[in-house]
Amino acid sequence: MSAHETVVHDPVFGGVVLAKLEALYPQYPDKRSLLLPALWLVQEARGWISDGSITEVAGQLGLTPAYVRGVVTFYTMYHTHPVGRHFIQVCTTSPCGICGAEDVARALVQHTGCGDLGATSADGRFTVIEVECLGACGFATPVIIDDDFIDSVTPERVPEILARYP
Amino acid sequence: MGYPHPIHPKETPVLSKHFGEVAARTYAGWVERGGYAALRKALGMAPDDIINEVKASGLRGRGGAGFPTGMKWSFMPKDDGRPHYLCCNADESEPGTFKDREILRWTPHALIEGCAIAQLAIRAATTYIYIRGEFTEPYHILRRAVDEAYANGVLGANALGSGKRIDIVVHRGAGAYICGEETAMMNSIEGRRGNPRIKPPFPAVAGLFGMPTTINNVETLAAVPAIINGGAAWYSKLSLSSPKSAGTKLISVCGHVQRPGTYEITLGLPMKELIYDLCGGLHPGRTLKAVIPGGASVPIMTPEEVETCPTDYEGIVAHGSMLGSGGMIVMDDTTDLVYVIMRLARFFAHESCSQCTNCREGTAWTTRVLERLLAGEGKASDLDLLLDLAENMTGKTICVLSDSCAAPVVSGIQKFRADFDACLNGSRAVVTVGA
Ligand SMILES: Cc1cc2nc3c(=O)[nH]c(=O)nc-3n(C[C@H](O)[C@H](O)[C@H](O)COP(=O)(O)O)c2cc1C
Ligand code: SF4
Ligand code: FES
Repeated sequence: MSAHETVVHDPVFGGVVLAKLEALYPQYPDKRSLLLPALWLVQEARGWISDGSITEVAGQLGLTPAYVRGVVTFYTMYHTHPVGRHFIQVCTTSPCGICGAEDVARALVQHTGCGDLGATSADGRFTVIEVECLGACGFATPVIIDDDFIDSVTPERVPEILARYP
Repeated sequence: MGYPHPIHPKETPVLSKHFGEVAARTYAGWVERGGYAALRKALGMAPDDIINEVKASGLRGRGGAGFPTGMKWSFMPKDDGRPHYLCCNADESEPGTFKDREILRWTPHALIEGCAIAQLAIRAATTYIYIRGEFTEPYHILRRAVDEAYANGVLGANALGSGKRIDIVVHRGAGAYICGEETAMMNSIEGRRGNPRIKPPFPAVAGLFGMPTTINNVETLAAVPAIINGGAAWYSKLSLSSPKSAGTKLISVCGHVQRPGTYEITLGLPMKELIYDLCGGLHPGRTLKAVIPGGASVPIMTPEEVETCPTDYEGIVAHGSMLGSGGMIVMDDTTDLVYVIMRLARFFAHESCSQCTNCREGTAWTTRVLERLLAGEGKASDLDLLLDLAENMTGKTICVLSDSCAAPVVSGIQKFRADFDACLNGSRAVVTVGA
């Protein structure tokens, strides 16, 4: 590719994904309100939200890319960079913190080979992040892997749990 | 795991009666359990009669502030010809709170029915249920229940054959505690950053899409069908203490108890019975050090305050804290309160929307001072600095997140001074604080 060619963005909103977005239009009185649902559709389809996707969402909803980026960055669950094949969230807020959550977070970082919170393992398999209260404080330590909620995680259980996510 | 727990004799199962029964999640299972009878009844009532029944029941908001629900509904205009909206707050993110998730997971139709009845009362055709993005399993269960309610004609253009339109939309959040604040939630539904709005105007005047709007918590709305079925007279008598604290309340208990979980109590149950009987008390050999009774935003209580405290709105205020969301954090004698408070401050700093200087700067600065105290690098003047910061964070911002960060700091320094002194005089083992 020559330096002057731009990378072509493969659109997300075609076929099934576009149909899913259009099916939501009647639920809201204006198009801007579809922004969070549209971003979820992008992330489900692609795993993260690229600059190209931001421009595309803006086009679909009649917004500007700068506006969409401002919203994307407000919410912690939208990924603006690619993440590992399995995305791990561990709660370390006080109620979980006093029940050993920081040890669980350390064990997750260690056994995934991520090296640090927020980093992705060299094999691209895992990303581990520390999150604030998951609304599951009686099940310390709660961990979410992809869409799965796993309760009562201890450092000892970490290797067995990770083995379920090849 | 063995959850939910078998119902304890000291519980009063109204909302939690069917927790744990998978069949109750389905439309058919819900109808078998008497579901949607309250909605049928409400469809035959005038909106103001529904409001008066809920007023008379004494139901107060279960999301944190405890505002009387019927009165909130009565603020909505009557015949203004504009669209009205109901927002159901399923953003549950207040540390210590995990009760709404049980309603969402086990009895989603109770919530749908409560939303529909509230819509009739406030003359709203549409409810947006705002559910936090991390609640993936509850989201799928709720979505399935809403789809089933449409398929069975409970919702839609001709709800239960009444000729009335009742729509419910489930809207997923994407990770932001502040979107639980009602005006931030409205902005988030509108496709904006979740910044709280300046009040007035109040939501009943200009809320979602600029229209009259009521915001209620999941537990508040889920209680409405029971009130319509059982009657205000029955509900208002459910109290073990003050007539101002009526009904049942889900209390989620976490931390150092033997059986953490969500329990449904009649308001006024002694806090000690909740901790020692329902939750099985502390782990063997441990003693009670502190309790945060209503989610991270309320003051910390000492064992002496807990000793005589009834679990209700007025009682907890009289004993130095607030019922809040009913998210109770129990801490034993192994707990370092400075760590707990630092981690809460870090939570609030992380979740501040950063519009207001006092909140943006105050939460971050408070966190840094607490981190250096924990690292053994604090100065004696730091406690005054923390109190000064707290003073500047209270009553000076657009929403109360800033005040919420100050509450545990102030109560912590006042009531658990020894933990702070241990950081200052080096008698506390130095711990490294995670980045
Ligand atoms: C920072 C902040 C976070 C909040 N989070 C929640 C929440 O997660 N769930 C909730 O029901 N109410 C939350 N609230 C309270 C809501 O603003 C609102 O008062 C409540 O949903 C009203 O419902 P109710 O009257 O039925 O309690 C929060 C308030 C603030 C200031
Ligand atoms: S107090 Fe904090 S969270 Fe609330 S509006 Fe101001 S900056 Fe945002
Ligand atoms: S503090 Fe960890 S889930 Fe609430």
